[in-house]
Amino acid sequence: MMEQAFFLILAAFAVGAALSVVVQRSPIYSAFSLIGVLVSLAALYIMLKAEFLGAIQIIVYAGAIMVLFVFVIMLLNIRKEENALDKHRYLWLLAIPFAATLIVEILYTVLKVTDIPELKDRPIIGDSQSIGYGLYTGYLMPFELTSILILLAIVGAVILARREKED
Amino acid sequence: MVPLSWYLALSATLFTIGGVGVFVKRNVISIFMCIELMLNAVNLTLIAFSSFYREVSGQLFVFIVMVVAASEAAVGLALVIAVFRNRQSLNADDTNLLKL
Amino acid sequence: MDIYNLIEWVVKIGIVFLIFMHALAYIVLLERRLLGFIQMRLGPNRVGPYGLLQPLADGIKFFFKEEIIPRDADRVLYMLAPIVALVPALTTISVIPFGDTVNLFGREIELSITRTNISLLVVLALTSMGVYGIVLAGWASNNKYSLMGGLRSSAQMISYELSLSLSIVGVIIFSGSLDLAEIAKEQMNTWWGIIPKWNILTQPIGFLLFLISVIAETNRVPFDLPEAETELVAGFHTEYSSMKFAIFFIAEYANMVTASAMATLLFLGGWHGPFVKDFPLLGPVYFTMKIVFFLVLYIWLRGTLPRFRYDQLMKFGWKFMIPVALANVVLVAALALFLY
Repeated sequence: MMEQAFFLILAAFAVGAALSVVVQRSPIYSAFSLIGVLVSLAALYIMLKAEFLGAIQIIVYAGAIMVLFVFVIMLLNIRKEENALDKHRYLWLLAIPFAATLIVEILYTVLKVTDIPELKDRPIIGDSQSIGYGLYTGYLMPFELTSILILLAIVGAVILARREKED
Repeated sequence: MVPLSWYLALSATLFTIGGVGVFVKRNVISIFMCIELMLNAVNLTLIAFSSFYREVSGQLFVFIVMVVAASEAAVGLALVIAVFRNRQSLNADDTNLLKL
Repeated sequence: MDIYNLIEWVVKIGIVFLIFMHALAYIVLLERRLLGFIQMRLGPNRVGPYGLLQPLADGIKFFFKEEIIPRDADRVLYMLAPIVALVPALTTISVIPFGDTVNLFGREIELSITRTNISLLVVLALTSMGVYGIVLAGWASNNKYSLMGGLRSSAQMISYELSLSLSIVGVIIFSGSLDLAEIAKEQMNTWWGIIPKWNILTQPIGFLLFLISVIAETNRVPFDLPEAETELVAGFHTEYSSMKFAIFFIAEYANMVTASAMATLLFLGGWHGPFVKDFPLLGPVYFTMKIVFFLVLYIWLRGTLPRFRYDQLMKFGWKFMIPVALANVVLVAALALFLY
């Protein structure tokens, strides 16, 4: 009962913030609405007993990636999105039916999921031990590949954003 | 006990809202943020299934998705800065030099 | 949830919050008096005996000051910024354990408001969220100096978060748990009965790294260029007056207290002290003494050291602290492998 109430509150907050991301004119309001979505999703992860990933979501996603977004918006000083939407008002007329169709299709498929298998002897997951164990034994190769990926991203980002030296 | 289908429905809703955002927004950074919204919706699905089926690979996959999203955000924003320096505009319609 | 749990919870929240808020008010007074003594003058000592009613006078002053909001400031974000700065700073107190589990009134009571097994990550997450208050304040003020101060300050905070996390990794390797209470309990033994097994003795480099990183995280001297009075016209909180400014102030001191609490839990054994196993209620007393030690250290550093220039600060963080922190992780891992 309490759990369903919490879920509904968090879900309403997440959907409201997501709508705000799409509807807001100013990118900085979109960014902060996205942070609201990320925080409510982290709370949902903790409700699903994936507490390590909930904390990591806040530290990495809401605390580092979104700071990057906010920095870029502030450095490029984007106060208000250009009113190009006036030229493209027909896009909303296309987007809303498309979205409605997509949602109805997906909800129809998804709301029929009801069978959950027997869980008596499955291990407890979600705490840091199980994730650490999985990352370093069964999934070691993807883990190492992601570290190479991050290195590539760092080098790429530095080169792309560097100011050209005037010779 | 919250049924699994509720989590999947929420994830589908967030994904669609993100999709509409990518479709409608003109500012490059806003499009980027809607892509991040879609990635998060997928993360929610993965963790919901992982928790209900007690399978840890879902959460490990989310870990990898977060890392990929972080690197993509870094490189993408560096590209945005480079584009802004050249075109002085962040409108997706203005970056059309390759059009015929 | 039965009624006794609820009562225990409410009493814990009441006591901790009350003591914490009063302590914040008096830390300000402590800082002003100590800085005065370091600078060869007396601090405020007129209001009440030894100046002990000064926080009350300050509070009344802040309430009565005029609230000036700049005309072109972004109203919503301007009002939101102090809240976003204060809420994470105060929420961290809910996972900090003050002592061991005691046996009072026939129940086992944990001396922390909540007990999670990722409390260390919770504190790190809340510290990461605290960056947004500063960024928002800089942006919403519609003022070049505030924006520069806000961006510089948040860039500094996220840079030093890396070396902070890396210096904590060494502690996690030794204690094998992310729970702050477990980490403190692991340090409660002694070698040969006298020398305590505190992490400051087994990982001194980690301790120094942590201390420097956490001083940079809380924007204190010598890392306080973004809010220095003589540099950027008070930086990100230039345009804030009266209660909003007071909220930023409280948030900064709350961050200081959290940082001191983390330093004692991770490196100084938390509530460990002589005779704490026989009288478990001595735990919070030792804990408070160690936190006060770190606060005095913060204030002492403020009175003594000059501040870094911004590029020196960033160079130090990225080119010195992170490599040394990585080396520290390798060293601690080797130590844990071969000695334990």
